[in-house]
Order: sequence, then structure tokens, then C-alpha cells
Amino acid sequence: MIFVFAQSQGWSWDMEYALEILPAIARGLWQTVVATLVGITIGMILGLILALLRRSEIRIVRYPAIALIEFIRSTPLLVQLFFIFYVLPNFGLTLSPFVALVVGLGVHYGTYTSESYRAGIDNVERGQWEASTALNLSTTTTWTRVVLPQAIPTVIPALGNYLVAMFKDAPLAIGIAAGGILLAAQSIASRTFQPVEPYTVMGLMFLAVSIPSALFVRYLERRYGYER
Amino acid sequence: MATRDRDTNGQPMVRLDKINLSFGENHVLQDLDLTVAPTEKVVIIGPSGSGKTTILRVIMTLNRPDSGYVVIDGRHLYHEEKNGELSPAREKHVRDVRTDISMVFQHFNLFPHMTALENLTLGPMKVLGLSKEEAEERGIELLEQVGLGEKAGHYPGYLSGGQKQRVAIARSLAMRPKVMLFDEPTSALDPELVGEVLAVIKDIALQGETTMMLVTHEMGFAREAADRVLMFDGGNIIEEGTPEKILREPTQTRTKAFLRAVLSH
Repeated sequence: MIFVFAQSQGWSWDMEYALEILPAIARGLWQTVVATLVGITIGMILGLILALLRRSEIRIVRYPAIALIEFIRSTPLLVQLFFIFYVLPNFGLTLSPFVALVVGLGVHYGTYTSESYRAGIDNVERGQWEASTALNLSTTTTWTRVVLPQAIPTVIPALGNYLVAMFKDAPLAIGIAAGGILLAAQSIASRTFQPVEPYTVMGLMFLAVSIPSALFVRYLERRYGYER
Repeated sequence: MATRDRDTNGQPMVRLDKINLSFGENHVLQDLDLTVAPTEKVVIIGPSGSGKTTILRVIMTLNRPDSGYVVIDGRHLYHEEKNGELSPAREKHVRDVRTDISMVFQHFNLFPHMTALENLTLGPMKVLGLSKEEAEERGIELLEQVGLGEKAGHYPGYLSGGQKQRVAIARSLAMRPKVMLFDEPTSALDPELVGEVLAVIKDIALQGETTMMLVTHEMGFAREAADRVLMFDGGNIIEEGTPEKILREPTQTRTKAFLRAVLSH
């Protein structure tokens, strides 16, 4: 129906052309998916570290962690990507576009996941800490065997949401010329001067990944979201 | 029980010396002195909000006193002795002394993501250095002792309140403490489940070796199992003696009023 409407407006849809460019855009999609998976891995690990640093009783550990989290959350991802890719080389740190992208995604989302971890940790009952003291468990054992195993399941739905959100942010890669689905579609469009098909195919591919992901996140919420 | 021979000249198992603790304006413990002999069973009674639970929490290091000393089996809990001088203890020293103490909570505080047996083996493996096999063997033994041998593989969510508390008691026993603290161990239970928990605690009391301090409103239990009853009110002990004396012939008006209130319901 959309196509009929579009054609009536003088647009055209060339199916043969759309199928021809499909593999190239799919390759771009694959790059975006890989960047997202690497990025969320960095984000999940960094977020946990930041959450623990933020809870530290030592001020010179806690305050820088808070400052970093608030600073990164208050600036746009695209600006951070530009900074990482174009500014850091001036300080001797030159990253490839892909590495700059996954570091940017990971750090940006790490500050968000850290807040989720924090909420998950705060939700562990005080009695669990007290029982750990009564059993004379070390700080490390208390965290790794008692607190985190209870906190992390409650955080999993939030992490799933960030995964989907990051996937939709990953095309910002185009700003630093890192590969990805948007760059693939754009280079076809600018070569052929036929933008309708590549950008439409791209949009459909996003839906094809995003909708199942969202359903998966909803499943995670059912599985882990409630107090057991 | 009160007539049991005890070396009263020996070193106390627990000694509190001029303990003060305030929560804001509320002076919960006021210059509290208390001595508990090895293997002695002490029941602490008193109105709610009087701070009797706080005594146990101070001994368990869950609340640090503002001032005063806690000595467990001859060793300072919050202080380290160096060249005859006391200085605030480092965490390592506190942990070291704390191995002698364990606590059973009103709300059980079992680890919900571990089976009953795993609840019992974590401490012995991580703190006492037992192997998994040793810890599990002893864990099963203790679960059987509290009548829950067949529940070893169950998660706390599938146990009744009374069963949870019995697992929690077994978990405390697994640490082989010299001193066991019980903070209102039956207050969170449905009335019909109180008996099974008290029976387990009485069992431990009758075995004799462990020094026990209980905060409870179960006067029947105090009468049968306690060597000494302490009446606590207004931040300090106002009256103490054998269960017979305190429960039958209290001298303080506040003790009489409290007992009337507890026994009449």
C-alpha cells in the first residue's frame, strides 16, 4: 500500500535493483551487529566496574567515578565518537574507526548500565549483607557469591533494553567512517543516485532485527523481572 | 540448668565493658556492662525498642559501638593490643575474632539463590577452609540434626518459615562458633511453627558446649533452657537472675509490668 501511494506520488520501486544491493547492505548490517555485540560486552563489564567504584567508601575512588558517569551521560554519543576518533590521536592514541566505535558505544552505555547495576545491588536486602557478616565471609566472597548473584538477574532486562538501544545508535558509526549498515546504504545511494531502495531495505533490515530483539527483551523481563 | 557446674573464676566468653551506642538522639545502649561465662545460656528480655537486639548486633559487629570494649574469649573485638595499648582494630583482626561468633536472625536471611545445603557449605568452604566433600558431609549431618536431611537440595523459597529458620540455625552451627546469638528467632514465624524451631534451639542448649545469647519473648523457653535472664530497658540491664527468680519474683516494677504484658497474651 505504501508502495502504491509512493508510486502515485511519482516515486518508483525497482525490485531487481533492491535485490541486487541486498547483499551489500546485509554485510553492513552484519558489521553493525558485530559492533553492537562487542559494544554491549564492553558496556556490561565497564558498567559493573563503575557501579562498584561508585559504591566505594574511598572518596578519591568514588568521586571520579561519579564525575565520569555524569559527564558521559550528559554529552551526546556522536560527540563522544568524534572526540575518541579525531581528538585522542593528538594525545598519541590512534584507534581504527571500528575500535573507536565499539569503545565509544561501550563507554557511553557503560555509564547507563552502571546505574542499572547500582539499582540491582541496592535492591539486595540488608539481611543478606548481615548474614554474610555473621558467617564471617570476606568482602570478595560476599560480593561474588551472595550479592552479585542476586543483583545481576534483576539487571538483565535493563541490559537487554540497552542492547536494543545500542543497536539503534550504532549507525552513528557513519560519523567516523566506521563501516555499518548506514554507510553501506549511503555509498550505494550516492553511487547510483537511487536512494529509495537502499534506505528502504536498510529500514526493513533494522525492523527485522529490532522486533525479535524487543520480543527477546520482553521474555527476559518475564524470566528475571519479578522477585523470585 | 542453673545449677550446672561452671568455672566462674575463669575467663568470660563474652565481656561488654561500658558500651555506648546512639542512633541520633536515641541513646540505645548506655554504659552497658555484661559478662557471659563459657557455655552459659543467657536470655535477654525487655520491651521492643529497648535495644536488646542491639546488644547482639554489637557483638556480631553489625553495629559498632560509639565507645566501650567487647572482649570475646579473652580477645578484644574492636581493638588490637600492642605493647599493652589498645588501638582500633583493623578489619583483619575483627574477622579473626569474629570466627568465634555466629548469629541467627529474626528473618532468617538465608541466601535465596542457594539450596539449603549450599547455604550450609559456603561459609565452611570459604572461611574455615573445608573441602567441598567435608563441608557437604558436615552440612548433611547438621541438616539431619535439625530434622531437614531430606531438604538439602531445596531452595529457601520452597521451605516453610520454620524450616528456613532451622536451616539458618544449621548454617550458624556449621561455622562451629563458640558463641551463638539468636535475635528473636521465632518472632517472624506463624504460631504453629514456633515449637519446631524452639526444639532445635533447646537441643543445642542441652548439648551444652556453645555459649548462647537469645533475645526472645518465649518465656517458657527461658524457663527451661536459660541459666540467666536479663531484663533490659532504657539502654541498660535493670534486673537479672535465674529464670525462676526473674519470671516468678521480679523486683523491678518495669519487669513486673513487662512480664504481665507478655504472659497475658
